[in-house]
Amino acid sequence: MESAIRFGSVSKTFGSVRAVESLSFHAPAGAVTVLLGPNGAGKTTTVRLTTGALVADRGDIEVLGLHPKVNGDEIRRRVGVVPPKPAFYDQLTGWDNLRFAARIFGSNEIDAYAAAERFSIEDALLQEVGGFSTGMRTRLALARAVIHDPEVLLLDEPTAGLDPESSRNVLALIRELAGRGRTIVLCTHLLHEAEGIADQVVLMNRGHAQASGAPATLASQYLAEPVVILDAEDRTALASLDQAAGVLSVSRNGAVQVTLDDLNRLPDLVSGLVHDGARLTRVEPVGTTLEELYFEMQRTHRGETS
Amino acid sequence: MRWSNVSAIAGVDLRRLFKSKDYWIPLVLLGSLFFVVIPVVALSVVSAVGDTPLADQVTSIVGNLPDSIGDSAPVDSPAARAAYVIAVYMLAPIAIIVPLTISVAVASNAIVGERERGTGEFLANSPLTTREIYYGKLLASLVPGFLATIVGFTLYSLVVNLIVGPDMGGWFFPTSGWFLLILWIIPPFIAVAISIVLRMSARMRSAAAAQQSSSLVTLPIIILSYAVSARVISTPNASALLIGAVAWTVAILLSVRGAGKLRRERLLGVASET
Repeated sequence: MESAIRFGSVSKTFGSVRAVESLSFHAPAGAVTVLLGPNGAGKTTTVRLTTGALVADRGDIEVLGLHPKVNGDEIRRRVGVVPPKPAFYDQLTGWDNLRFAARIFGSNEIDAYAAAERFSIEDALLQEVGGFSTGMRTRLALARAVIHDPEVLLLDEPTAGLDPESSRNVLALIRELAGRGRTIVLCTHLLHEAEGIADQVVLMNRGHAQASGAPATLASQYLAEPVVILDAEDRTALASLDQAAGVLSVSRNGAVQVTLDDLNRLPDLVSGLVHDGARLTRVEPVGTTLEELYFEMQRTHRGETS
Repeated sequence: MRWSNVSAIAGVDLRRLFKSKDYWIPLVLLGSLFFVVIPVVALSVVSAVGDTPLADQVTSIVGNLPDSIGDSAPVDSPAARAAYVIAVYMLAPIAIIVPLTISVAVASNAIVGERERGTGEFLANSPLTTREIYYGKLLASLVPGFLATIVGFTLYSLVVNLIVGPDMGGWFFPTSGWFLLILWIIPPFIAVAISIVLRMSARMRSAAAAQQSSSLVTLPIIILSYAVSARVISTPNASALLIGAVAWTVAILLSVRGAGKLRRERLLGVASET
């Protein structure tokens, strides 16, 4: 898949603090890439380097085939950013703020209003932003970030401080934008937030990428053999599982728990069972949550560095 | 550079200022004090004293001024001459102190304010060039000062003509020297001060620090502009035009240099740590 963003051995230092060190990763075009890491991992600096708001000390950055140091203005025109603490001109109305953004991004008032509608903030547009709740500010920030229909959307902790319902709406929006072919980079330290929407995970710590790849690939790399729970209307149809390719062990205690050598075997396994006449009622991979993956990767890297 | 972006930045800042009563009410009071209250009191007292010892004292002060000033009053009455000299020459500095103070107050907060509010993050990640941001801030700082000059100058003209005018045989103010001051001398002096203060605003860690430092830096500019104003009003000749031209040149050079020095890091607040 073509890369929308590519970092090659990028470093950025602030005084004695190494915010980003030899950071390398790529974000595929049209996919959701999650930068996962604790506070201080360098996620915000990575976003700022992507837009050219900060200039890297070393390394090479490419965004949409352009270099931020040379073509920063062009990149910023094609990228939308939601910062971790969205700030506005609080004395002005939501509409004033959106109209200002539309103007500098070369969009018009129709685009601004459409963006506000998209995030259900249009009814509050004539209020001063200073009176907005955290959720309203985030929705306004999201609207501001997509006014110009950016090709790449950088979301830095977009659900920070939001109630569960607003958070869910934000994540739904990310899925919708990704579905429309936009490249999304989501920075978060909340594992449940990345679960289910990440096409690609970059595990960051202390300014560099400890690991990156698709969650399934990372799972097969870092976790022990994957386990899948299977069940069928007639469980005798699952009797032949022991002989199936890639099956390491089978445990039968009600539903059948199958240990595979590689999770990628699962589609073939399911297809074979169906072909043999099994009517499956449950196919559930176990132990591949992002949370488990994250902590396993952290454990592995701590072991490597100690 | 796209001027529509410059005006967008300036427009947002000016709208924000207009809505900030905490900002403009003290400045309106300051302007009212210098352009209306002090002139009304001073001119009313001097015009009303007639031939008293106070009038003699004022007349003696006027007598100590250069002959060109003392002789410029088109009347013979000592009190009227004193009122004329005070109106035309001695209150001249107000035309520069008030707008400078207003513009510097805006400029000192212009960039560090973006950083403190967090809106600098949005500007830094926007397609605006740093030059557009700088010139937008320059314009947003210049406009309130120049507006104060025009409004204040108009009010001051009314005060002077209403109080001193009857003794002069009609409306006599503004004089040619004042037109030169308002249109040719004051704007570049404000621009020079703003250019310096904007650079400080970009470098300071807090708005409070920027405001304090700005006050110190602009003091010499106020003193210089005071001296220049007095000279231009008393001698509105070719040399006054030259002074204005030099001030414009310095203002343009400083603003071009300032625009080139602004970095996006400054809007994010991380450059001070490097």
